[in-house]
Order: sequence, then C-alpha cells, then structure tokens
Amino acid sequence: MKTTDKKAVKSAKKSSTPPESAAAGSFDLSKPSPVFTITHMQILDEQGNINHVDEPDLKPEKLKQLYEAMVLARAVDDRLLKLQRQGRIGTVPLCKGHEAINCASTLAMNDDDWFVGSYRDQGGRLMRGEPIENAMLYYNGCEEGATFPGGERTLPVSIIIGAQLLHAVGIAYAARLRGETNTAVVCHFGDGATSEGDFHEALNFASVWQVPVVFICTNNQWAISLPREKQTRSQTIAQKAIAYEMPGVQVDGNDALAVYQATHEALERARRGEGPTLIEAVTYRVLMHTTADDPTRYQEPEELANWEARDPLPRLKNYLVQKKLWDDSQQEELDARVKQQVDQAVANFESRTDFKPDAPFDYVFGTEHHRIEEQRAEFLNELNKESADG
Amino acid sequence: MVKLNMVQAINLALDGEMARDENVITLGQDVGVNGGVFRVTDGLYKKYGEERVIDTPLAESGILGTSIGMALAGLKPVAEMQFSGFSYLMLGQLEGHASRLRSRTQGMMTVPLVVRMPYGGGVRALEHHSESHEATFAHVPGVKVVIPSTPSNARALLMAAIRDPDPVVFMEPKRSYRAFRENVDENTEPMELGKAQVVQEGTDLTVISWGAMMRPTLQAVDAVQNKHNVNLELIDLLTISPMDTETIAESVKKTGRCVVVQEAPRSFGPSSEIVATINDHALMYLEAPVRRVTGFDVVMPFFERELDYIPTEGRVIRAIEETLEF
Repeated sequence: MKTTDKKAVKSAKKSSTPPESAAAGSFDLSKPSPVFTITHMQILDEQGNINHVDEPDLKPEKLKQLYEAMVLARAVDDRLLKLQRQGRIGTVPLCKGHEAINCASTLAMNDDDWFVGSYRDQGGRLMRGEPIENAMLYYNGCEEGATFPGGERTLPVSIIIGAQLLHAVGIAYAARLRGETNTAVVCHFGDGATSEGDFHEALNFASVWQVPVVFICTNNQWAISLPREKQTRSQTIAQKAIAYEMPGVQVDGNDALAVYQATHEALERARRGEGPTLIEAVTYRVLMHTTADDPTRYQEPEELANWEARDPLPRLKNYLVQKKLWDDSQQEELDARVKQQVDQAVANFESRTDFKPDAPFDYVFGTEHHRIEEQRAEFLNELNKESADG
Repeated sequence: MVKLNMVQAINLALDGEMARDENVITLGQDVGVNGGVFRVTDGLYKKYGEERVIDTPLAESGILGTSIGMALAGLKPVAEMQFSGFSYLMLGQLEGHASRLRSRTQGMMTVPLVVRMPYGGGVRALEHHSESHEATFAHVPGVKVVIPSTPSNARALLMAAIRDPDPVVFMEPKRSYRAFRENVDENTEPMELGKAQVVQEGTDLTVISWGAMMRPTLQAVDAVQNKHNVNLELIDLLTISPMDTETIAESVKKTGRCVVVQEAPRSFGPSSEIVATINDHALMYLEAPVRRVTGFDVVMPFFERELDYIPTEGRVIRAIEETLEF
C-alpha cells in the first residue's frame, strides 16, 4: 500500500512542494515551519495482495521479461558463488535478494539512459546487455570483462563507495547541455554510501542543477558488518532527500512492481525537467558481503531467515501466475534455458585465451609516451626471461 | 602581439577553447559571476552563460566527480580548484576514477578533463594557500601534470591540456600570475604535452626548473654567466608527468653537470625523478654530482617565514658555482 510513513515525519505536507520560507532562502518567523512526508510504496505484498491504484501498466511481455531477468540474475549469482568456491574465479560480491531492485529499475530505463552502478547490481547490468561471461571475466581479475560492446552508457563497476553518484550527476548535466532531452541517469548505491561525503555532494549538486538523475539506494541493512542503525540515525534513508529539496521515496525493495513504478515515476519527472529523485529500496543482504566475508560473525540467523522468506522471485512469480501469464511448464523451460545460458557463459569464459599481457600499457594515456613504451619493453623482456626460467 | 600577464593569457586560452569547441565548459567555486578569485575566468560568464561557466557549490570532490561524469558524456570540463591546498578533497575522484577509467574500460571510456589550480608560495597568503605538491598528482598513473612558467607557455599549454584526451592537472604558479607581462602571439598554437623546453642552449652545465622557480633560476643563470665565462643550458620542464626523459638526458650528456631547482619539498618530488632519470640515462657523462636546490621537508611555514624557505636566486647561484667548480 502507498502510505505515509508516520515514523519519519511530523505531519503531512508533500515533500515535493518546497516550503516557501526555505525556497526563498530567508528566515521568516511569520511562516509556519516546514514539514515533510516520506512516501512509502508497496504494490505487491508478501501474501500476494495487490495495490491496484499504483499497479504499473506493464504489458505481459514486459512482466515476463522482468521475471526472466530476475531468474537469470539469481542463476548468475549462484554460479558466481560456486565458481569462486571452486577456485575458478576471484572474490565476488553477491546480489541474491536484490533482483527486484536491480532488474525492475533497469526495466524502467530506455536505451538512451545511463546506468551508473556500484557492484551489487548485476541483474541490471545483464539487462543492459552485459554478456554473463564478462561478469566472470571481471571477477576473475580481467579488465576485458568490465565493459561490453554496446555498453557505452553502462559504466563499469565502481568499487569506491559513493564516488559514482557524482559521475551520474555530471553525466546528467552533460546530457542536458548537449540537448539530449530524453536522456536520464539511474544511479545505484548502498546504504553505506549514504555516509560518504560524495553522496551528499552528489545530491546537493543534482538538486542545485536540477539534473535528470534517479538515485536508487539499495538499503540492504548492512555495510559489510555495520548494521543500518549504526550507519545513520535517520529513520529512513529516503528522508535524506528532504535536505536537498528533492522527493524521497521509500519502496519495498523485494516488490518488483513497486521498484518499477517508483523508478518509472522518477524517470518521468527527470525527463520533464523536474530534477532528481532519491529512492530508498529496502531489502536485506541475505548472503555475505563478498565471498571473502563471514556474516555469521555479525548477523542474527533469525533475522536472516525472516528476510529469506520475503524473496522477491516467488512474489513476482505468484503475481504472474495470478494473472495467468505463467505456469509450471514455462518455469521448467525457463530454468532449463537459464542453466544452458550460464553453462555456455562458463564455457566461453574458461576458453578465452586472447589476453594481451601488456594491455595495461595500452591504456595509461590516449597519447604515446616514451616512458610508458620504455617500461613496456622492459616488462615484456622480463616476462620472457621469467617464462624462460620456468 | 599583445602584452599579457599570466592571468590574462590563461583567460585568453579558456576563451579561445570555449569559442572553438562548444563542449568545453568551465566550473568551480566563484568562477562565474565573480570571474574567479584571481580573475582567471573573468568575462567568460557573460560571454558563454551560466550553463557553460558554472558557479558550483563549495565541494572539491563534487566539482571533480561531476567533471568526470561530464567528460564521460562528451563534454570537456575545465574544473578550477580555488587553491591547490584545497584540492586534496578531490584526490579520491582523481586517483580512483579520472585516472583509471581509460584503463578500467580498456579505452572504451575516457576522461578528457583539466583541473586548474593555483599553487606555490610567495604571495603572503594564509595557511594551505602556498604549497607545491605537484608530486602528489604526478605519482598517479594516467594523470598528466603540467606547470607553465610564462604567460605565453601558460596559454599554449592550457590549449593543449584542453584538447588532450586524458585528465590533466594544470598547476598555475600564482606568484607568477601578475609578476610580469610578455608578448603573447595572437596565433598561439598548442604546445605538445610531455615535452620540456630548452629555453637557453649552453655547454657547461644544465639547469632544470619549472613554474614559479623559473624566474629566480633565469636570473641566477644570467648572473653566473655575467660573472664567469660559461655557457649554461636552461630547461623548463613544463610537463611534470609524463616527464621528458630525452631532453633531460641529451642535455646532461652534453654538459656533464646539472642543477635542479624545485620549490616543493625535497624528498620524493620531481627533482628526485630528474636525478633518477640522469642516473638511468646519463650517469657516465657526469663530471659532478647532480645538485638540487629545493624547498625543505617541512610543512610550508606561514607567510612571515616563507621567503626563507623558497629557493632564491642566491641559492641557485651558489649551487651552480659549486657544481661548476666540482
């Protein structure tokens, strides 16, 4: 249900309506103090109840595309974890449980939009056209997997927390200045990022410039071992938008329809020139931070079990079944197809041999420099000697 | 030919590049209506409007981070850090992203941007307004670091920096901003980055410097030549990174003696890299140890003491004479 989160606010006044005193930048005792609301959006609850008022108008093919993308994202996540445990790739951050956020928000984007992510948004990257084997290459330590053909508007994984929010703002500014009126930017980050200065600078710049950015915070309650309540005293992350005079929306991050609808509405606003939006998508990190992490040191098993029961995949599947868009045979066919896709990706990844050892020297600068070339020659010479020494 | 100071010459370069390419924009604190605290961007706001000459909120990381996004999406941002001493707040964006996106994406994405910043001492400014930390930026692979020394080369180098495909840190010696004027050719062409310039040819000793130190160094070179019967070669480094090995090595092979003059603290700075370069390429030609005249490894003192800590003409003269006599 789309309701007002009473915890977070004093009384009802739409956050999108700037209080006059604040808008004027003045201090005026004759005006009432500004009050704000945070919209909380859920469309499809855990029992399968539907809020028909906010239910997105998605065609059957789109709904199936969304569900299939989420199933693929889950399968890729499972396989990446297995490959890491088998020693076939390096450290991987995992996305299980975040499929609704990653895939439904990406479904709301168009081809001209920019995808600016961090490292827990694999489902979105796959929808943007990233081949599965590129994710495997990337997490096996190869730059060759960081981008993909056609991915000119999909930024590579950004590991430094919060830094990419500023890139999103700059991209949006450039798009507007260059007359790309249909282009917006969707930017992903986690709850931990909201403590970084770059988060606050990005929201501030975006708001001052009124650029078309949709900030999507995957609030999965954990930044490695730090729980949400130690990250910030704010009752919601969405309310941080209020300080920057932009709408803040809190959505159920395990409800793909709510994520889609919130992103869709924010993108529409952005394209109308009405500026940025902050969406807080609430979910839970049901797996470790990365494969190098052991969450049993800090997570409560009961809390984890509670969230595992709220899995976004069966929730959307049940909705499709209710709408008579999905049945067991389609599920079987999908599972088989996804397995085949992932198997093929592993085969492609593991058979790849065209790695140029001195490639890093090619991409230091866009111009040639003797220092780089001198060191490249030395590197290749030493590499030869190393292999001769066996 | 027009006589310009460095502020005017940099302004002219910005104006010319913005007129030439509508994707060139400039952003920073007070660069718009106010024309910059040193007036480097004076008049650009009126001419190009607030969309291309952007008065940003006061946040250095925000300025560089958004510049990276702009560069990724087809603009050529010229960001101003009001003083180099405030620029460390954007170092994360520079090292973490601007310098790496080309490499991270194997050339699919590039970050052609310029970060301008006044640096260096000698203008009796408050703390954090007087340091020379070019080495901080020069140590980051993927970043070019350029320091002009005159109005003419400031204009030509900034033109090149704006047209360059990579992130360029353009450090402006604020002590030289209004110290002198010179004729600047109206048809200035961009100077190639990564090349040092032999300002004066000579056979007896090579003097290498850059930025604000070129002035006392040039005076010292003149003084020594007036006093002794020697020909000194003077090199203006211009690009700190990637450093021009060839010009340095060829000169020292010819002269066999070298003095390096650096405003920055001595250790781990460009002068150390120059000595290492000579070691790698011209050691057997040396007649004397390479001498360094530098700042000291101390926190830059407040301005009452600063002139004692910045290399002077006298210190350079003594170093040259001692190296010639070695």
